[in-house]
Amino acid sequence: MMFATPKQLRARGIMGMNRRNVDYVAAHNPRHLYPLVDNKLKTKLLAEQAGIAVPKLLGTLRYQHDVKGLHSQLLPHEKFVIKPSKGSGGKGILVIAEREHDIYFKPSEEAISHEALERHVTNILSGLYSLSGSPDIAMIESMIEAHNIFDAYSFEGVPDIRVIIFKGYPVMAMLRLATHASDGKANLHQGAVGVGIDLATGKALHAVQHDRPIYQHPDTQRDFSELQIPDWDKLLPLAAACQEMTGLGYMGVDIVIDKNHGPLILELNARPGLAIQMANGTGIFPRLQQVEGLSGEQRTPEQRAQTSRELFGQQP
Amino acid sequence: MHSRPKFLLFVLLLLVTGVGLTLYKHFALGFPLWPGEKASVWTIEAKIEFTGQDKPALVSFALPYNPPGIEILGEDFASPNYGFTKIEQRDQRRAQWSSRQATGSQTVYYRLDVYEKPGENQGQISQQPTAIQTPEFEEPFRTAASTLVDELNQRSSDTRTFTLELLHTLNAEKPSQNVRLLLGDRPGEDFKARLAIDLLNLAEIPARKVRGLFLEDGRRRQALISFIEVHDGKKWRLFNQSTAEEGIPEHFILWQRGGLSLLDVEGGHRSRVHFSIIENNQSARSIAVQQGRDEQAALVDFSIYSLPIEEQNAFKAILLVPIGALIVVILRTLVGIRTSGTFMPILIALAFIKTSLITGLFIFIFVVSAGLLIRSYLSHLNLLLVARISAVIIVVIGLMAAMSIVSQKLGFSQALTVTFFPMIILAWTIERMSILWEEDGPKEVLIQGAGSLFVAILAYLCMTNRVVEYLTFNFPELLFVNLAVILLLGQYTGYRLSELRRFQPLAETELDSVLRQQKSNHNTANDK
Repeated sequence: MMFATPKQLRARGIMGMNRRNVDYVAAHNPRHLYPLVDNKLKTKLLAEQAGIAVPKLLGTLRYQHDVKGLHSQLLPHEKFVIKPSKGSGGKGILVIAEREHDIYFKPSEEAISHEALERHVTNILSGLYSLSGSPDIAMIESMIEAHNIFDAYSFEGVPDIRVIIFKGYPVMAMLRLATHASDGKANLHQGAVGVGIDLATGKALHAVQHDRPIYQHPDTQRDFSELQIPDWDKLLPLAAACQEMTGLGYMGVDIVIDKNHGPLILELNARPGLAIQMANGTGIFPRLQQVEGLSGEQRTPEQRAQTSRELFGQQP
Repeated sequence: MHSRPKFLLFVLLLLVTGVGLTLYKHFALGFPLWPGEKASVWTIEAKIEFTGQDKPALVSFALPYNPPGIEILGEDFASPNYGFTKIEQRDQRRAQWSSRQATGSQTVYYRLDVYEKPGENQGQISQQPTAIQTPEFEEPFRTAASTLVDELNQRSSDTRTFTLELLHTLNAEKPSQNVRLLLGDRPGEDFKARLAIDLLNLAEIPARKVRGLFLEDGRRRQALISFIEVHDGKKWRLFNQSTAEEGIPEHFILWQRGGLSLLDVEGGHRSRVHFSIIENNQSARSIAVQQGRDEQAALVDFSIYSLPIEEQNAFKAILLVPIGALIVVILRTLVGIRTSGTFMPILIALAFIKTSLITGLFIFIFVVSAGLLIRSYLSHLNLLLVARISAVIIVVIGLMAAMSIVSQKLGFSQALTVTFFPMIILAWTIERMSILWEEDGPKEVLIQGAGSLFVAILAYLCMTNRVVEYLTFNFPELLFVNLAVILLLGQYTGYRLSELRRFQPLAETELDSVLRQQKSNHNTANDK
């Protein structure tokens, strides 16, 4: 069978793009809050204010003439990430893992000259990667060092964990692993692996690549059933706390686990994708309805995370 | 959602308004709901423009007089600030507009509704020719002309064959030296017609110029076409001077006979006239419009029909855009096709209407692929975004010019229609696709490019459908219905067709069985 029937999908609680747009994104995310998450610089400053852990901001470049100062700004840093403040889908993110004077190296050991780095910043500033093509700001952040546990599961780059937060409650989570096929990027539509994570334990449930189930990492051949996210009890409240920070009712929170600093909020997304359902092997819709049925009393992020673990955990 | 009933009520209101107005127009005003089989009523509008010189102005304009095979249903000379008289003498009719003071740019309209009488194409004109005035040629033209006439006399048996021979000679691809001398460099159609008449007169054949208009729907800014009429002793015969075909062609209105001027303007300069033609799909409709206007039915009086024909023609195209938008919405929310730029396919479809589908497809694919090649070079130059897109626009214009010139030289006139493509949109498409190529690879470019073209072709097919065209133009109130449907689709929360495919693995296996399968897979992996 090439196609499922709508009835089958409805029975599994799968949410489609149209329902997400109309009933969740449009209904729960006021438009004026979007800049808080579409602009990563704003998100970061907001998070720092709220005491939420984020990768350290090393500097920003706002205008073309700032590019001249790039060299001196980068001088004290061996490892860093340059990213556009308004980029989407991981576009325009350049990771430098090593440098020798004016030669920089990506994690893939590809060498980059200082001129190429400047060109990249110029492209960011001119808005090449921003959503609407409007002028942008380039951010320099400290590089995240992936937790050792992911060494066996990642081809390149740092795996991140996407948690869907609805009305402050975590409802679904997945781990995104870059592969050779995705060219080191953690975007599922480019061939990265999505691993559904049990909200109760942080253990892997089910994995997909190109929207089809797989059981081992395609590059490292490691079986996903052994995978357990570290610091899971710290991670969920951190994700849940983003609701208070932004006021968005339905969002995706992207979290990385740094070797030294533990879970850090990487970015937020006001229109999180639907692939998380594929990764979890189940639909998100019943869980969203369950959250809507909860009483509206004020609760702390820790309490909400605990409720979610009890409600949505699959391996008690 | 608390606003849901309100929303549905609003949609219902739109639907009722749209359908109601349409039915009212159909039943009360007699508009047919379906395009008629045979189109026969045409509205022709002559727009006369000139610049006034701060003094009294007098515009004299030749009107059709008893055109063969055509019946005049009605005429309209309405032009504000002008007095009007109609002069009829012998076989001429002229309209005269006058104004005491004409300053700046002036416009005068003449509108004509005609009906093609089927099977009555070859009207008889029993008018006797006036005495021939022997044309004056100067040397060396006189010798060339008389040699040519002698030659033609040798080759022809009567007036008819003489005329045919003459027209063939004048239109020959490699004209003889004499003809070349007489024609000079790049002769205009008017000059050719006058020369042909002079040569016929030299051969003592009564001849005169005839001007007319081909009736083709949606034509704007047309000029009259010259024909030649000769008298063979018994009757007048009409010849198309560029094809040498005899007789009155189909869908043709004979506007003016004889050498009198078409347009005279006193007290003004830079005068010109052009014609717009619109086909009223059925006489019943045009009668309905006419009656509606007479009865001051507000729906007709304040509608698109009250606009000048040129604007009506423009609206004919504009009213099709919502159909394209509907197609885009349907393919997005119900099917889930990915396109490059949400509404770009509509603009491409509009261009296809002008270029025809196959030519348009070829041009589009050529320009975009050539643009992508050049854009890949530009990306090495490290340019700012706006400068880069501007560069791409210039490249696109260069490609369009090159394509036009090469195709003209090779003799494919179709490629000249490349100018109908919106170049800014083409440039953005190239830019977006090239970024897509760099970031997501050529596969995604192919998916989105093919998606865009698919949507554009579908929109084109819908927009060129005769019934759709007829309904959108004659029942603009259907826009309300279109709007209502789009609003409803905007609230559709069901699955897209593409999602039925995408989420298909989830539908087949229950979660438990997945886990079981996973476990057994794990075991077999260990066994190995």
